[in-house]
Amino acid sequence: MEKMILVDYKKCTGCRLCENVCSVHNEGVCNPSLARIKIIKWEWDGMQIPTICQQCLEPACMEVCPVKAISKDKELGCIKINHEKCIGCRLCLAYCPFGGIVYNFSRGEVSKCEFCDGDPMCVKYCETKAIQFVDANTADVKKKRSLGATILKAVGSRE
Amino acid sequence: MALKGKVAIIDLSKGEVTKKSIPEKLRHLFLGGRGMAAYLLYHHLKPGADPFGPDNVLMANAGLLTGTVAPAASRTQMTGKSPETGAIGRGNMGGFFGAELKFAGFEHLVFKGASKKPVYAYVHDGEIEIRDASHLWGRDTIETQKIIKEELGDKEVQVACIGIAGENMSVFGNIRTGLKNAAGRTGTGCIAGSKKLKAIAVRGTQGLSLAHPKEALEYSKKAIDKIMMTKVAKAMTVDGTSYIWNVTNASGLLEWMNGQTNKFPFGDWHNMTIEKFHDEFNVGMVGCFGCTVHCRHQFRLKEGPLAGELGEGPEYNTQTAMGSFGLNNWGDMLYNWHLANIYGIDTTGWCNLVRGCMELYQRGIINKEITGGLDLSWENAQEITPILLELTAKNEGFGAILAKGHLGAIKELSKYSDQVGYYIMHCKGLGKLGNVDRVQPSFSLGIATSTRGADHLTSRPALDHYHLPEDVLEKLYGGRVSSDYRSYEGKARMVRWHENTYAVVDALGTCKFQTVFFSPNLPSLNEWVHYLRYIAGLEFTVDELFEVGERIYTLEKMINHREAGHTRKDDYPPERSFKEGLPYGLGPVKGKHIERKKYDKMLDEYYALHGWDNNGVPTPETLKHLELDMEPLI
Repeated sequence: MEKMILVDYKKCTGCRLCENVCSVHNEGVCNPSLARIKIIKWEWDGMQIPTICQQCLEPACMEVCPVKAISKDKELGCIKINHEKCIGCRLCLAYCPFGGIVYNFSRGEVSKCEFCDGDPMCVKYCETKAIQFVDANTADVKKKRSLGATILKAVGSRE
Repeated sequence: MALKGKVAIIDLSKGEVTKKSIPEKLRHLFLGGRGMAAYLLYHHLKPGADPFGPDNVLMANAGLLTGTVAPAASRTQMTGKSPETGAIGRGNMGGFFGAELKFAGFEHLVFKGASKKPVYAYVHDGEIEIRDASHLWGRDTIETQKIIKEELGDKEVQVACIGIAGENMSVFGNIRTGLKNAAGRTGTGCIAGSKKLKAIAVRGTQGLSLAHPKEALEYSKKAIDKIMMTKVAKAMTVDGTSYIWNVTNASGLLEWMNGQTNKFPFGDWHNMTIEKFHDEFNVGMVGCFGCTVHCRHQFRLKEGPLAGELGEGPEYNTQTAMGSFGLNNWGDMLYNWHLANIYGIDTTGWCNLVRGCMELYQRGIINKEITGGLDLSWENAQEITPILLELTAKNEGFGAILAKGHLGAIKELSKYSDQVGYYIMHCKGLGKLGNVDRVQPSFSLGIATSTRGADHLTSRPALDHYHLPEDVLEKLYGGRVSSDYRSYEGKARMVRWHENTYAVVDALGTCKFQTVFFSPNLPSLNEWVHYLRYIAGLEFTVDELFEVGERIYTLEKMINHREAGHTRKDDYPPERSFKEGLPYGLGPVKGKHIERKKYDKMLDEYYALHGWDNNGVPTPETLKHLELDMEPLI
């Protein structure tokens, strides 16, 4: 089933463990600069926002790639780079509206979140569940339930 | 060797930078962080140096594992010869500075000499630049961080800096990063001020290679799960360190009015509980680098000159310290706490000196003529606290006496009475915190023998309070330890074990709050040998790692002996702990004080366990055994 990474920004405590475990799993080193996820902070305002590839349904990176090195993994629902085909032009990095493509300066190639083969490290290590890995088909239901709870609180029960 | 952070020696007088690799031998002997800090201080500080002069050194020492996936590996120690005590000065901070320093390719920065004009160091990917800081001089600790990030055009830069307290060489001047993280104690910010070093900015994109990445990641998850299973971690995620305040206060284990009472004398203490803080001020919790516990609250100030500003805290210790002289509600406590943070003042030490002075005022030993017209009555705390903070930070008026620290203030004020040294309470010149030590011999021994002076973070023997079965304690400590917190039996063994174990965790750079400091179920030496194997590729047995702690602690003791002439006489708690029983509390607490003969016997046992002579000086045999007699390698 297709999956999605959903972020609840208010739950993020800004610890950046997600960045570090991403880089260890994917690059074998502790280096947040190579991580595919990044916490963007407005530290003086108390806000921290995890940012990561949105795995778009119509990915700009895929459209702009001149050698068709980027494709969709239909099983997981993520966008993957074929490094055999990739020529390193970095047009994907330039055109992605979110910064979802990372230039991996240590290997001299681009990289992006590919869901760690179905077990994303950022999700696994996030204690507050600010980052969640959910079934795409039912991703909306949890949000709807949360909306329902807000309404319930406001209007009270039928009794 | 997996981790390869370098040592940089930065001569601010000459503007020269020397970079050195860390020999593997030193990794085995001292790990990093606090361990390497003791080593570097011993060898790079000119013996007998004036702590306010250019011969002093100021160091930033990231832990060996700081920046890695070891749980909560965020810590950095700031180190030098303390202007507050004349002995080893070390303050340890979390946040994101240490990890970024490691990513920039360095583990230890050693600042020597002094600049003629204000400067800051910009450390980035193996390079170190000394930049002008004239425009930053006089700025507070938050403004300074904002301006540096802005002018370097990189919001990911992490900054450690001083406020005006450090600039004006107030000995309470600390080093700050983020909204509230502070290398708080022993006046390392004052050393930075003496060197005209306003800040250190770090930014790096270099990775830390790991010995066994896959195993490191898996073990980290296992350790995190173990940590998060504990009750204490669950409590800390909600209440931070304040989670124990209600219990200690209700048990009569907190000191108010400078230890004159252990029953809150300033109105309704329910106005100071963490629950009240949640109701009125809490806006969320944040974590330090790589920490799943996230014990730091954030708050927004509602009233006063700083209304609308975001701050972080409170901590248990400051809650007690600020409350101890009469601030009795969150509005006042948070305002003054934030003010101290932007001035860059160590609240624990400063609050202790203030309450000492307030008792002198209460007893008529000092008066308005001496305080520059300030009324230091307890009931006047709300009015005078911000004034005293500002005067201390500016080193002006009565604040110039406070800015000298405990030893300096006692010297200055003793002309009015020979009782001044009794009421201004300290160990080795460092102010006492607000916990009652009088009923708990282990705690008393711990604050008295701590190498940096009165301090709970060096040895806090918390397990005393959990009334654990004695066979559990015997297994942990390797000898008999009474499970009664009022007993003296085995407590020397207990304190020495905690001192050595905490020296190791401070050398690793992981957070002490995720160790036996709070619970026997949290990681300790048994787990750390695995962190070291998988992350750093270093093999230690538990006993060998414990010996590293002994080595670090003994070297700190040698530094104190060399620099401040510390001996047995400096390893006693304040006189009040011997002379005055606690006035309130239930049977186990009421009337208790430390008994001198029993304390002396405990101290004898403590020295013997450490391998120090009866005067508290490490013996030549101990130095040889710990390889502390070797020639310096860097």
